[in-house]
Amino acid sequence: MNYLIAIPEIFILSMACIILLADAFFGRGRSGMAYGLSLVTLLLTLGFIVFFSPMITETAFHGLFVSDRLSELLKLFIVGVSFMVLVYSREYLAERNLFKGEFYVLVLLAVLGMMIMASAPNFLSMYLGLELLSLSQYAMVAMRRDSGVSAEAAMKFFVLGAIASGMLLYGMSLIYGVTGSLDLSTIHDVVAYSQPDKVVLVFALVFIVAGIAFKLGAAPFHMWAPDVYEGAPTAMTLFIGTAPKIAGFALAFRLLIDGLEGLVASWQQMLIILAVFSIGLGNVVAIAQTNIKRMLAYSGIAHMGYMVLGLIAGTADGYAASLFYTLVYAIMAAGAFGFILLHSRQGFESDQLDDMKGLARLNPWFGLVMLVLMFSMAGVPPFIGFWSKWFVLKEIIAAGYVWLAAIAVFFAIVGAFVYLRIIRLIYFDRAEEEVTAEASGELKLVLSLNGLVVLLLGIMPSFLLGVCLAVFH
Amino acid sequence: MTETGTMGLPYDLIIFYLFASIVVCASGMVIVARNPVHAVLFLVLTFFACAGLWILLEAEFLAITLVLVYVGAVMVLFLFVIMMLDINLAVMKEGFVRYLGIGTVIAVAMLGLMTAVLGPEHFGIDQVPAPARHGPDYSNTEALGRVLYTDYVYAFEIAAVILLVAIIAAILLGLRKPRNRKLQDAGTQAMVRKEDRLRIVKMDAEKGGHS
Repeated sequence: MNYLIAIPEIFILSMACIILLADAFFGRGRSGMAYGLSLVTLLLTLGFIVFFSPMITETAFHGLFVSDRLSELLKLFIVGVSFMVLVYSREYLAERNLFKGEFYVLVLLAVLGMMIMASAPNFLSMYLGLELLSLSQYAMVAMRRDSGVSAEAAMKFFVLGAIASGMLLYGMSLIYGVTGSLDLSTIHDVVAYSQPDKVVLVFALVFIVAGIAFKLGAAPFHMWAPDVYEGAPTAMTLFIGTAPKIAGFALAFRLLIDGLEGLVASWQQMLIILAVFSIGLGNVVAIAQTNIKRMLAYSGIAHMGYMVLGLIAGTADGYAASLFYTLVYAIMAAGAFGFILLHSRQGFESDQLDDMKGLARLNPWFGLVMLVLMFSMAGVPPFIGFWSKWFVLKEIIAAGYVWLAAIAVFFAIVGAFVYLRIIRLIYFDRAEEEVTAEASGELKLVLSLNGLVVLLLGIMPSFLLGVCLAVFH
Repeated sequence: MTETGTMGLPYDLIIFYLFASIVVCASGMVIVARNPVHAVLFLVLTFFACAGLWILLEAEFLAITLVLVYVGAVMVLFLFVIMMLDINLAVMKEGFVRYLGIGTVIAVAMLGLMTAVLGPEHFGIDQVPAPARHGPDYSNTEALGRVLYTDYVYAFEIAAVILLVAIIAAILLGLRKPRNRKLQDAGTQAMVRKEDRLRIVKMDAEKGGHS
């Protein structure tokens, strides 16, 4: 037994408990303590992930935990993006009386859930990790108790999320019934080599794919996303819209490829439906939105559609392109929500498109950061969003789905309007009232770094792509 | 082989069909019952019948836990909540007729699919052999305890963390400080600092003479 490879998880759980207790006993009047401790925790966790990396695939806890290259890369990004989320959201929370220790404990436990998902070689640990993540998210969305919109969003999120979890669980139970195992590698072997009951497996697969699509927020299982993104406080939207997408990739990859690769022909068909619906609907409906959070929700649906394209390709290179897309999207989305948080202040959410008017004139540097982020999301070369779309499309064409690539490109052009409109508002419209962003230094620093990372990745995409390729080869 | 009863059926089969039909009828009544309190009571009956089925499968510990935890604690709490809420039945039934058509179509389609896929040709006794019967001295509780804290300790711990999240969330969302009481807290009054009460605003001096 090798518990050392689980040190990052053990550490983050211990720290979450310590922060919870410290905040309960010494937290009064010192609300910055939980924040500071959480940042330190996440930074140390990053260190532990690198330091205790076994460099080879190793399992622990009787096959319920695995540490491989995929899990480590995913964990690094999950923790890193969550760090950014905490820095971005501090001031927003403080202005809205939400700056409480519980928020940080919930974020840490959600991060723990995502890390468990990233290294889950078993249905059991995958499902438990997912529930840990989901429950923390529901509580976060509902945290603003005096707001009816938040309560409605939390209720929708909770009910739909519970249905999705139920579907996923039903599919898992059917697969257990056919294969007699919860272990993904055993299931993989049974599906591939012995002759299991294909009818039941495909029936179960429908439920599993539906559950994954719900959690990713891919159409036609996307209904919760726009309402939750809009209704939740922006700090929580920022969290929901970024790191869990990375965990969603882990969920999809571990279940569909690690476990059910033998059914690739069946899930390819289902994922094609998901991808076409998500890309089409996400890009087109985003145009009609006037609320930026809602617009980013639809944009997220579209991006998840592109991410799924890489999985459809069904090759190691395709999975790498898909992973690359997810990681890049999480960084871009974090930056975009960070820009909204930069301009929000007490009594002003800054989440309408009109609120973006003329911001570049007031704040040229962050206008430029947003320009980079929006060009990147739109997929304009040479920004990173272009490369992530390019790799995914290249793989899907190599797999022989030229028509799918054509649809993806067509809707990418339609969707570009959404992002270019924000740039137009920022740069060419005049603000109705002159306001300056009064944000903390750390938010400005991390947001600038976020923009620089997106820019640098766009100039040198080969580094991150190389890492993603190495995961699958 | 098991003993057979009067009609040539094995006793365990008779018990199975008895409990299974109670489960189906009672869970149907949960949805159909007009009064929410009755619905909860039918849910209790469903759980009882399920516990009976589990005992047939030799899962005594789970069956007892189901009765103790779900019936004894969760459902009683449910009853309290429902009795305390002022539920307007007319509002609850409003959408019923409107969604009846589409709901029926989906339910029938699901039922058809599930009978086609989960029928005896896929999950019959040929595909899934019946589990071996154990002797009277076999303890299901001991068998569970052996694996729960060894092979599945990781899953057990995560489940504990999930419960922790539930507690945090419940307190976070449910705890309200008394707001309409005018209390003096001598401790905080004594601890107050200048920065808490006084804000010094730096302003430019008024320029020009006009008012």
